[in-house]
Amino acid sequence: MLGYILKRVMATIPVMAIVAVFVFLLLRLTPGDPAAILAGDAATPDQLERIRDRLGLNDPLHIQFLTWAGQLLQGDLGTSLISNTSVSSMIGNRIGPTINIALMTIVISVALAVPIGVIAAWRHRTWVDFLVMSFSVLGFSVPVFVIGYILIQIFAIELRWLPVQGYVAPGEDFQEFFVRAIMPALTLATIYIALIARMTRASMLEVLGEDYIRTARAKGVRENVVLFRHALRNAAVPILTIIGTGFALLISGVVVTESVFNIPGIGRLTVDAILARDYPVIQAMILLTAGIYVVVNLLVDISYSFFDPRIRY
Amino acid sequence: MKTLRSNYKWIAAGLLAGSTILSPAFAQDEEVTITAVMHSGLRVLDPVITTAHITRNHGYMIYDVLTAVDENFAPQPQMADWEISEDGLVYTFTLRDDLTFHDGAPVTGEDVVASLTRWGDRDSGGQLIFDVTESLEAPTDKTVVWTLSEPFAPLMNVISKQSAVPPFIMPARVAATPPSETITEYVGSGPFVFNEAEYEPGVSVTYEKFDDYVPRTGEVSWMAGPKEVKVDRVVWTTMPDNLTAINALVAGEIDYIEQLSIDLLPILESSPDVAVEIRDPLGYVTIGRPNHLHAPFDNKLVRQAAMDALSQENMLATMQGDPNYYNVCGAVFGCATPLGDETASEPVTGGADIEAARAKLEDAGYDGTPVVLMAPTDVVSLMNQPVVAAQALREAGFEVDMQSMDWQSVVQRRAQQNPVADGGWNMFFTNWMVPEVSDPLINVMLNGRGDDAWFGWPDDPEIEEMRAAFVQASSAEEQKAIAVDIQAHVMDNVNYIMMGEYLIPQARRTTIQDMIPSPVPVFWNMEKTVE
Repeated sequence: MLGYILKRVMATIPVMAIVAVFVFLLLRLTPGDPAAILAGDAATPDQLERIRDRLGLNDPLHIQFLTWAGQLLQGDLGTSLISNTSVSSMIGNRIGPTINIALMTIVISVALAVPIGVIAAWRHRTWVDFLVMSFSVLGFSVPVFVIGYILIQIFAIELRWLPVQGYVAPGEDFQEFFVRAIMPALTLATIYIALIARMTRASMLEVLGEDYIRTARAKGVRENVVLFRHALRNAAVPILTIIGTGFALLISGVVVTESVFNIPGIGRLTVDAILARDYPVIQAMILLTAGIYVVVNLLVDISYSFFDPRIRY
Repeated sequence: MKTLRSNYKWIAAGLLAGSTILSPAFAQDEEVTITAVMHSGLRVLDPVITTAHITRNHGYMIYDVLTAVDENFAPQPQMADWEISEDGLVYTFTLRDDLTFHDGAPVTGEDVVASLTRWGDRDSGGQLIFDVTESLEAPTDKTVVWTLSEPFAPLMNVISKQSAVPPFIMPARVAATPPSETITEYVGSGPFVFNEAEYEPGVSVTYEKFDDYVPRTGEVSWMAGPKEVKVDRVVWTTMPDNLTAINALVAGEIDYIEQLSIDLLPILESSPDVAVEIRDPLGYVTIGRPNHLHAPFDNKLVRQAAMDALSQENMLATMQGDPNYYNVCGAVFGCATPLGDETASEPVTGGADIEAARAKLEDAGYDGTPVVLMAPTDVVSLMNQPVVAAQALREAGFEVDMQSMDWQSVVQRRAQQNPVADGGWNMFFTNWMVPEVSDPLINVMLNGRGDDAWFGWPDDPEIEEMRAAFVQASSAEEQKAIAVDIQAHVMDNVNYIMMGEYLIPQARRTTIQDMIPSPVPVFWNMEKTVE
């Protein structure tokens, strides 16, 4: 197992290197001028040129790349061209809200979706199954901002139970964190509950038709044990995959939800950086996103062997 | 309302059952804080390097200015009084007492000289003044003497302007930063202190009351007069979604929204605790800029045909919807400014005249050269104009190639002087605050120096002569007469197409009182009562 993990970690190095080169070149090929954003509408060509010089944007591409790569190798993500602040600190300030809301979303989603999916499979082709699948289709068909606005209207405007927007770090005030994070987490969870419930149902249906399930039932094993110990554990691999991918997606930023609930997460940081062509921030964000996917996929792969002992590395 | 509550209560109860922590205590801090949602996030902290309005607004919070215009566009003393020599060549500024930077150091003439010098390198009006500057020095700690080689009548107006780059006074060590580099120390002598520890670029910025600030005496009028801070803290927060901001205002989570979407105004009508108002009396202009370098807009008749084809009313109605929030206005300096005049503006204010446009196109021998119209899709206030213009131009007989792109692409492409087939362009639209176009020296679109002019590059010696005459004008009447000549010239030469004025409403909780009406939102003098 250790060897496998090491091999996978080593394999991330060329992946990240390719991503770095690709992102750098793609950004430089995209129209846009950070100097123009920095200087504003009334800047003269001469002023823009001086700012470009100062930012190093007039240097040859290979020099710009080598400078950036050199910084990266020293663990320095660079400095924002627009705000002149360290990219590491910008990401550091913004990743907390994203991770915390992603965790809350995944916990809610898994806690609700897995039992729902199991029950839908267990009661296959009954009204329960139909109901679960109908809500499931609705869940990932309705845009998140619509769900967000509905929750805000009910809980914040009508009932006044929750604040409309904002974020407070759990370490600062956990109660405030919870009341501010619950609506965005529920909003995002709607999609993931739908997705995970469908996947759980499909996997469970496949497993429930297996001989060993029939055998367990014939031996008189209680139904809940059959479902949750025998069937669900064997159906876990695709469910874990979808949970892992969903978590990676959530951590890489959910800009619409962040906007609707005014959460200063990395989704908004990335979009703002793209609109301003803030190259160091965009590059760092894409590298970070690639890294998150690599790590999450690795963790998911490792977890397979825990749920399914037949899988060995 | 009650039905809605009861209908959903069970859902809420189910989701939130047993959670005693779900009763958010919206506790009032002991100190008075105003939370404001501004039009965009603050990302650049140097008010000299950028013309971004949010950075200018930040500048007004932490820095002070020597002089400032009042609601009549008349310069008034702020940090300094001034005297002008009889020959108009020597300006002597005397700093008032008790001016202190946030680090405790007194403001000196040396700081003023360094700040004006840095500003003069960046600001278009400042550059013109420095072109005729013989010397700028501080003979004493309290005095600054500015000596010119030739009279520059609008000097006081230029240094008192409120947009886009006012000459904010910084410590000399900060102002020594080259103008192409952003400053890294944010110490001013203004009424608020920047809280660097709580600053998150693009997210929020906090200002604390500067206890040692001594307001000047006099009447409050726009940016002039005493700046008395009556709250402890002001927090600017960024909300990319206007509906979220409105909901937060209604719920009492924030106090003020600087810019409201007009289509969302009905939501606020039923909220008795919220006031919607126009606090910026001048508003904005929207304009179309033709590229004078390339066909077909290198031909004056074709530019006139385009102007004939466009209708301000159609454009503004599409942009704003509600007629309460726009003005058909043909004055290139804005309709409510001292230099504003609508001479010869009938082609833009009188509605589209398609027949006249067609006739001019025929006279010009227009050969069907496509007009490349750049259409930004990610800036709400700029996305409608190209669509309306494209249709109007097509009706007049233009071949129009409207190319959709993001604003960044527009910004980059409009700087290209290449032929249209080689990445160039023919027309784009943009918006300005009225104070930014209110004067021939401030309005960059009136620069007629060809390649050195603003994007679109008109080579227009006539307007340059008029601008030079404006600088030399010895009286307000003479300046006004020249401004009228410029107005008529722009309408004939179509340096740009004035597409009218529009206003942006603001909203505040009624607990916020005594906000100053001004083109720049300011947070001094206002009070907040506890709900």
